[in-house]
Amino acid sequence: MAGREYEWILRFGDDALVLAQRLSEWCSHGPAIEEDIALSNIALDLLGQARALLTLAGRREGQGRDEDALAYFRTDREYSNALLVELPNGHFGDTIVKQMLFDQFAVLRYEALANQCVDEELAAIASKALKEVRYHAAHSTQWVVRLGDGTKESHLRVQESLNTLWPYTAELFEDDAVSKACADAEVMPLNASFKEPWSTQLQNILNEAKLLNPESTEFHTGGRTGRHTEHLKSMLAEMQVLPRTYPLAEW
Amino acid sequence: MTQQMDLNQRFEEYIALDQKIEAKDWMPDAYRKTLIRQISQHAHSEIIGMQPEGNWITRAPSLKRKSILLAKVQDEAGHGLYLYSAAETLGISRDEMLDALHTGKAKYSSIFNYPTLTWADMGSIGWLVDGAAIMNQVPLCKCSYGPYARAMVRVCKEESFHQRQGFQIMLNLSQGTSEQKDMAQDALNRWWWPSLMMFGPSDASSKHSKQSMRWKIKRFSNDELRQRFVDMTVPQAELIGLTIPDSDLKWNEETGHYEFGPIDWSEFEQVVAGNGPCNRERIETRVAAHENGAWVRDAAAAYAEKVADRESRQTSAA
Repeated sequence: MAGREYEWILRFGDDALVLAQRLSEWCSHGPAIEEDIALSNIALDLLGQARALLTLAGRREGQGRDEDALAYFRTDREYSNALLVELPNGHFGDTIVKQMLFDQFAVLRYEALANQCVDEELAAIASKALKEVRYHAAHSTQWVVRLGDGTKESHLRVQESLNTLWPYTAELFEDDAVSKACADAEVMPLNASFKEPWSTQLQNILNEAKLLNPESTEFHTGGRTGRHTEHLKSMLAEMQVLPRTYPLAEW
Repeated sequence: MTQQMDLNQRFEEYIALDQKIEAKDWMPDAYRKTLIRQISQHAHSEIIGMQPEGNWITRAPSLKRKSILLAKVQDEAGHGLYLYSAAETLGISRDEMLDALHTGKAKYSSIFNYPTLTWADMGSIGWLVDGAAIMNQVPLCKCSYGPYARAMVRVCKEESFHQRQGFQIMLNLSQGTSEQKDMAQDALNRWWWPSLMMFGPSDASSKHSKQSMRWKIKRFSNDELRQRFVDMTVPQAELIGLTIPDSDLKWNEETGHYEFGPIDWSEFEQVVAGNGPCNRERIETRVAAHENGAWVRDAAAAYAEKVADRESRQTSAA
């Protein structure tokens, strides 16, 4: 049972860590200084969530691994984040659409964890994170509306971003033995239960942004069991370079 | 003409009494221009300065270090914003200032044209570069132009935190493995002299200094501040077992100061002239961010206009 607990907490932590790493790549490349600050701020929040979650996962695992052991000394095959968050940043519209798709999901997931989870430590992390991801969702959603209903060029660009990212959304709502065990333990309902509120919210946003719901039926999955896109390995190679080059060093 | 002289005289008297000049007060054109040049250069330095450190955020060696570095670079973006706002009170727009930066008309601190090659460079930038910046900036909290002085109060508080975290990185490295110690010494070797150059040319050859001192924009001379920095930093290096790369460095009991070797001003001039190791990359990165973001800024402006338009139609319908 403890093994499963470690696994579901790790999934939440990996989602936050990988997205934080991607967002931090934006630093000094944003479209305006205000956005550089906003994206770094969001990355910092996500990194804070990841640190709390990985620390808790390590404790529940009981093998003496701390946040850094889990972040720096697992391979891509051991990472369990959803594929959506590991995708390269692309242009600002790609990043913001990806962020909105994930943020709206994260709000629902943290609401459930904060309100229903019997694991008090996890619930406490979720309550703090919930306040943050609500702000992230407001930020990304406002930008999706601005870009969707901005100029002709911005509209075309973000519609394209949405079409490209859409096939990575279904994975968020999949269930397997780990998420079922998590639901049985009264930690969080099944991922599938978030699908309907997420879709309703998304439809409202797309209507306001004058964007069309993609019709693609092509879907990608595998992240939760360590079968990732080609992008994660290079991202981790960069992220992990120092601790792996100098394994005896402390920083 | 007489009126002009009166205004000028009153301005000089005001300054002499240590009063603050505010945005709407009369000020001589040359004072306004000097401030625009200095504050915008300072803002540009914060913005360009995000790059050498931003370079290591994705490779920070622990999650704690990553969040500290990310927060630090974010502070720098924030400093850039306050400083652009302070300069805007003098009648120039952020767009005009950014344009001057992108076309190479405006300068920024030359220190950011050096590359960050190892993690120890994050330590050295915090310890030495931010340390030197604080020496320069603390007196600016009392500068005669109110909006600049007030912006600097906040900037200095954050800079002193940056300086401490930089020193902490160096301390950890110097107590680490032999590879980490070498990394720390190598970074000190590369950043020491450029840090001393941050105080600008020696007093004898500094072209803006004299007037700025008279106007109380500047409170201490370049050489005074440089000496203060050396006196503060040398014992810190000793404390963590690192060697300052200057064979002429020695303590002078009589003066109570460290004496240090001659600065290679030809290197400084080369870097200021645009020939430093990273001048081209820094500006190219900045221009690319600006150009790649143009469609986003256009979209935000178009959307804001649509919203305003809809609101005004609703108001007139009601």
